[in-house]
Amino acid sequence: MSRRFSWFNATSLTLGFVFLYLPILILVAYSFNQSKLVTVWAGFSTKWYGELFQNQAFMDAAIVTLKVAVVSSTIATILGTMAAYVLVRLGRFKGRTLFSGMIYAPLVVPDVIVGLSLLLLFISLGMGRGVTTIVLAHATFSMCYVSVVVSSRLVSFDQSLEEAALDLGCTPWDAFRSVTLPIIAPAVISGWLLAFTLSLDDLVIASFVSGPSATTLPMKIFSQVRLGLSPEINALSTIMIAIVTVGVVSSSLLNKRATVRRLRQEQDALKQS
Amino acid sequence: MNLPAEQTGDFIPWEDADAKPIIRFQGVTKKFGDFTAIDNLSLDIYEREFFALLGPSGCGKTTLMRMLAGFETPTSGEIMLDGQNIAPVPPNKRPVNMMFQSYALFPHLTLADNIAFGLKRSDMPKSEIAGRVDEMLSLVQLSKFGSRKPHQISGGQRQRVALARALAKSPKLLLLDEPLAALDKKLREETQFELMDIQEKLGTTFVIVTHDQEEAMTVASRVAVMDHGQLVQVATPEQIYEFPNSRYVADFIGDVNLIEGAAKSVTKDAAVISWAEGLPDINAAAPEGLAKGDNCCFAIRPEKVSISAEKPTDAANALPGKVLDIGYLGNMSTYHVELGNGQIIKAQVANQRRLSRRAYTWDDQVWVSFTATAGLVLSA
Repeated sequence: MSRRFSWFNATSLTLGFVFLYLPILILVAYSFNQSKLVTVWAGFSTKWYGELFQNQAFMDAAIVTLKVAVVSSTIATILGTMAAYVLVRLGRFKGRTLFSGMIYAPLVVPDVIVGLSLLLLFISLGMGRGVTTIVLAHATFSMCYVSVVVSSRLVSFDQSLEEAALDLGCTPWDAFRSVTLPIIAPAVISGWLLAFTLSLDDLVIASFVSGPSATTLPMKIFSQVRLGLSPEINALSTIMIAIVTVGVVSSSLLNKRATVRRLRQEQDALKQS
Repeated sequence: MNLPAEQTGDFIPWEDADAKPIIRFQGVTKKFGDFTAIDNLSLDIYEREFFALLGPSGCGKTTLMRMLAGFETPTSGEIMLDGQNIAPVPPNKRPVNMMFQSYALFPHLTLADNIAFGLKRSDMPKSEIAGRVDEMLSLVQLSKFGSRKPHQISGGQRQRVALARALAKSPKLLLLDEPLAALDKKLREETQFELMDIQEKLGTTFVIVTHDQEEAMTVASRVAVMDHGQLVQVATPEQIYEFPNSRYVADFIGDVNLIEGAAKSVTKDAAVISWAEGLPDINAAAPEGLAKGDNCCFAIRPEKVSISAEKPTDAANALPGKVLDIGYLGNMSTYHVELGNGQIIKAQVANQRRLSRRAYTWDDQVWVSFTATAGLVLSA
């Protein structure tokens, strides 16, 4: 493969990145616009950020969103990890194919249908719609993502580690807690982060299952945008982008540093032996 | 050769009718669906033994070991440990520890924490654990490495940590599942002797599973040769090698020449085996129960076959043939001699002089000879 510079490669790379990031860059730039008109540049200002924090409706929505995201991703992580463990460890039990198919199905079922069916379920159960129903809905659809992430780690997990723990005196639960969980922890954490992001991001399902008492940030932004663009929303979106960027970059840096350190230590061990 | 039976003097509890076995399998059968992994097997293992389960893959030796550890339960039959039926006892409640083939060291714990793992879950007081860990680390000569993680040490060191961890709780019985399979040949041979030293020092009963017959012969006080879920022969390494009870064992352990024939005449202690038209009959010692006319098999190890250019006058058996192939192994050479009927006899000659000129070469006419007691007549 040629690694040399060519105009074709450079152009396609540039176009690709422009396509992906130009809209975001424009949004970030206009969040610092002094003018109230979103499309007219009138000089640099951070006043919209200040106003954003004064806006009680936005702050309430942000708190609801964070609450929902933390609780639902935690539930999804516990359930998803359990499901992955059963699917990978129990071998062939009756109905395994059905079970594994059903756990991955929500990945491809359209959000609208998931939202609608959950709404019908909550109505028929007589549940009042609010934060609880959003949490349940988010936990339901994000647990399949968690179980995909965790089961891919469990497949490469040496089962004799668990047997060794049992052999050394652990009960099955103790073996899971003190051996399996610490080893698969990175996968569980990234599953949690994925579920958290999905919950933060979701508009469709939340719109179906929420009631008047609970509005999430994406719902709030969407309803505001229908009334017209405001620089405050640009500021809010920029903050969300910043949070996500910092999270993704720092987690990948941590990961890379751990890998590099481990490789170096392994080489040292080889040299000594 | 440094055989354990010689080291331990007269350690032969299996011949003592009063000795109580530490492990007793009684009519144990294990089925996985339609597949019978262990077929109605009975076996006694005694305290302080270094017992080897030997066989090809799929013979049931690993299943037998996993039943001792508690990871499999027998379909029928009883497994007694110290007189107690252990079938219903879960692995974490058994005074048995296992060293895994993959070593199964916990990657997130230091070596010291790996060794302390089982101790923390025993009734050992906390204050004594650190001392015990140091003791185990020095037993396997890794005292300086306690704070390292498993990925920071070499494969040979990992193997020793796995051994230390399995021995830390002073189990009544230590199980070793192919413990040396991942090491290179030289390290493996060194480690075999280390294992024997440790076993002798601690006096723990060891049961080792291996498919490597040399390893089993070197370390074990007794070897059980298995095939298709059954024990074919259980005996000391010397007996297994010199007195195999069947073609299967003779062929599985070491190199052997097998000559199929029939008993032409049988007296109290001698048999004459006719095996090929136009070639001299074989004179051999008669085994018990061999009758005239029985089909049988004459088995002889290559190192017990001599090779000469002239017909030896004093040998009980001498067969003419032609050198087909010569294998030079360094310490010895193996000659493949083709007899008149196409049967190939392997003869091993020690290379006692450096670079001595070979007395025979390809296509030379030679005689292979052996005494009447050098080989064994097998009817099974």
